[in-house]
Amino acid sequence: MPSRHHVAERDQDFSDVDRVALIAELVRQVPAANLLADPEDLKPYECDGLSAYRRLPLAVVLAENEAQVAAVLKTCHRLGVPVVARGSGTGLSAGVLPHEHGIVLSLAKMKRILHLDPVARVAVVEPGVRNLAISEAAAPHGLYYAPDPSSQIACSIGGNVAENAGGVHCLKYGLTVHNVLRVRGVTIEGEAIELGSHALDAPGYDLLALMIGSEGLLAVVTEVTVKLVPKPEVARVIMASFDDVQKAGDAVAAIIGSGIIPAGLEMMDQPATAAVEPFVKAGYDLNAEAILLCESDGTPEEVEEEITRMRAVLEGCGATGIRVSTDEAERLRFWAGRKAAFPAAGRISADYYCMDGTIPRKRLGDMLRAIAGMERKYGLRCINVFHAGDGNLHPLILYDANVPGELERTERFGAEILELSVKFGGTVTGEHGVGFEKLPGMCAQFDSAELSAFHRVKAAFDPAGLLNPGKAVPTLHRCAELGRMHVHAGELKFPDIERF
Amino acid sequence: MADITDSFAERIRAASPAKPLCIRGGGSKDFYGNALVGDLLDTRAHAGIVAYEPTELVITARCGTPLAEVEAALAVREQCLPFEPPSFGEPATLGGVVAAGLSGPRRGAVGSLRDFVLGVEVMDGESRRLTFGGQVMKNVAGFDVARLMAGSLGTLGLILEVSLKVLPRPVAEATLRFEMPQGKAIEAMNAWADKPLPIAATCWQDDVLTVRLAGARAAVAAARAKLGGEFIDQGAAFWEALRQHRCDFFASDDALPRLSVPSIAPPLDLPGEQIIEWGGSQRWWRGDVSVARKAASVAGGHAVLFRGGDKTAGVFQPLPAPLMAIHKRLKAAFDPRGVFNPGRLYPDF
Ligand SMILES: Cc1cc2nc3c(=O)[nH]c(=O)nc-3n(C[C@H](O)[C@H](O)[C@H](O)COP(=O)(O)OP(=O)(O)OC[C@H]3O[C@@H](n4cnc5c(N)ncnc54)[C@H](O)[C@@H]3O)c2cc1C
Repeated sequence: MPSRHHVAERDQDFSDVDRVALIAELVRQVPAANLLADPEDLKPYECDGLSAYRRLPLAVVLAENEAQVAAVLKTCHRLGVPVVARGSGTGLSAGVLPHEHGIVLSLAKMKRILHLDPVARVAVVEPGVRNLAISEAAAPHGLYYAPDPSSQIACSIGGNVAENAGGVHCLKYGLTVHNVLRVRGVTIEGEAIELGSHALDAPGYDLLALMIGSEGLLAVVTEVTVKLVPKPEVARVIMASFDDVQKAGDAVAAIIGSGIIPAGLEMMDQPATAAVEPFVKAGYDLNAEAILLCESDGTPEEVEEEITRMRAVLEGCGATGIRVSTDEAERLRFWAGRKAAFPAAGRISADYYCMDGTIPRKRLGDMLRAIAGMERKYGLRCINVFHAGDGNLHPLILYDANVPGELERTERFGAEILELSVKFGGTVTGEHGVGFEKLPGMCAQFDSAELSAFHRVKAAFDPAGLLNPGKAVPTLHRCAELGRMHVHAGELKFPDIERF
Repeated sequence: MADITDSFAERIRAASPAKPLCIRGGGSKDFYGNALVGDLLDTRAHAGIVAYEPTELVITARCGTPLAEVEAALAVREQCLPFEPPSFGEPATLGGVVAAGLSGPRRGAVGSLRDFVLGVEVMDGESRRLTFGGQVMKNVAGFDVARLMAGSLGTLGLILEVSLKVLPRPVAEATLRFEMPQGKAIEAMNAWADKPLPIAATCWQDDVLTVRLAGARAAVAAARAKLGGEFIDQGAAFWEALRQHRCDFFASDDALPRLSVPSIAPPLDLPGEQIIEWGGSQRWWRGDVSVARKAASVAGGHAVLFRGGDKTAGVFQPLPAPLMAIHKRLKAAFDPRGVFNPGRLYPDF
């Protein structure tokens, strides 16, 4: 096995994995029905929500409990087999793309809510529990789990932990990292570890923070304790129209600058509202160049006060129209269009490619203008939905994979958006993760010393480098090969790597 | 360009396991953690706010910047560090605040220091400058090393620069007081947290539960009406004294264990006075840390020897073997020669 030092430089070669021997060992660890090895059975596991990348694993194991997870990991560790943990497969960065010489370890069968304590306001759940199922279970107690990714009916809490998932309410309520108290996991050596605790902190380094967003590279999550928060008494949303995207972007900064943290602050451009309106009939102003959805929640008095203040700011920023939801049904209708943006893109275009850069809020207008330029440059349409309050962009580039050259143009379009995000002082991924897809972006965002540090962090948990290898952190060799040799302040970023 | 960080790099290169470095800002947390070891590396010369844009809710400053300077800059724009990091009345620096990872009274309601860390620049044990995270609210590119630095007590690297999320100062505040025995107070804090009330902080001591409300004017007024209790005029001073450990309870030099337990943990079987904060999750006690550790463990938490006492048994609760192994490998990943603050967190590294 290559030494740790080399792990950072080159992808490991696992071509000597013996499939027959592996399967012979795995059948002893899990019931026969939980082991899939027939290519036909493997097919559903070939990709996640980003279906442009597909690959079949050697086998899929469906674990039912932590003991099985530990046994399977131990076996793979002994045999030197890569393991890709999988939740619901809704990821958008090819994080669960199988390894051709490895297994996929599905946690989807581990979907019990183990314990829900309404007084302590926590729920202890297995990793395969769906995000929304937690809030549903907590609802009778007037509580819910705050992070609400648009995929919440399907995505698993284990996947949320692995991606540090966010939602439309995370400006006020935080991301997964702010809403998880404790994670229990199993290392590749088959050892159970607990990070965080049911208290508000734990001794030692904050390994919980490190585990959240680690994309299945450090340990397999087998249990999660989430915080539950009281449901606000009321929530109301303002829908504001603007005749100019720059003005809408400025309004976002103005609201925050006025001392209000809205419960949600989202933006859609005209092509986005035009795409969703026919399907959801949300009543969006189709003449507006951009609309903002700006929510307030809390006690009735609080919401009243905030809505008044937000309305004044929006009017001051030149909103051409303002509507405030009058009841819950109308509020949900206003949101429905935003939440349906991805599926709507899927209806109006054969394929779409969702980007996930984050930029400082003040650059929203600049970014939108730049994207408009790129649409012309690449001859492709792009509709824009933003978690504007967080500066997190989701441009959806529309393309048709069956038209020769469109996918390649789309990828270049996307790469240009991400590079601009980094240049604006932002990041290539706000919430969807690096996975396999954004490895090139990582080469642009980090230098070789930083990437090596990430590899050492991984090795601190997984010295053999078997958990989701080839994802999240590119090898220095890959960065060199990709030719993304950014000359930075007169220095080559990867001087120590061969180039060809 | 002559840069103070070049001299840091030189000091790090010259250091060795036999001649390690003790990273120190204002020294306000010298008492915290295991004994200080090594030659002093003073961070205060690397100071100054690098960027602050209120509409971005982010401030970036160098490690040696006084906490007071950061808070003053924020106050001008009606913003704050909502986790209220304590300086204990000393000239704390931002780098030290992050390395210590301590939060004040509002932590139970708004989150801890680590929750507000967005990015760091550190110098590692090989004197490389590394940047993790950034200035934006959402960022999942690479492992969250920035948050790992929070509370690492300088054992992983020299923090050069930090970006923190900031929040608007609450428009309105009010402090209420209730006569209540401990068990009832714990129940009340948990019951109120179950409701959408603007409770920002809680403190129980001597059969008195003090509650701080913060938020929109209307919300604070409505909560006051709902909760009742006695309104306190000097609320702000009370919470500031608690944050800085200026009240009598904290005055002595005797051993001061801090117990971190689930909020619903019933009154712990410990003789003498206690202060309970963070909705029941943080409990201060005067006594032997091994006794505190046992009580905290039974309740599902842990205990730190926060101040004073005999440190020979270690300040922080011992870790299970697999976690200690990971800690040692992480230490080696950032400080392979072991030159930063040896033993400050755990005697093992
Ligand atoms: C229509 C749509 C809308 C979306 N909206 C949002 C949104 O608003 N916000 C957002 O953040 N994301 C969004 N996503 C992305 C996706 O839903 C999230 O990333 C989600 O957290 C993935 O969860 P999953 O269970 O599907 O994980 P998977 O796709 O199965 O896996 C994702 C990653 O997590 C790892 N993983 C999964 N389970 C475990 C485990 N138990 N232990 C260790 N590692 C594990 C995998 O190895 C992989 O790297 C959206 C996706 C779609 C398709």
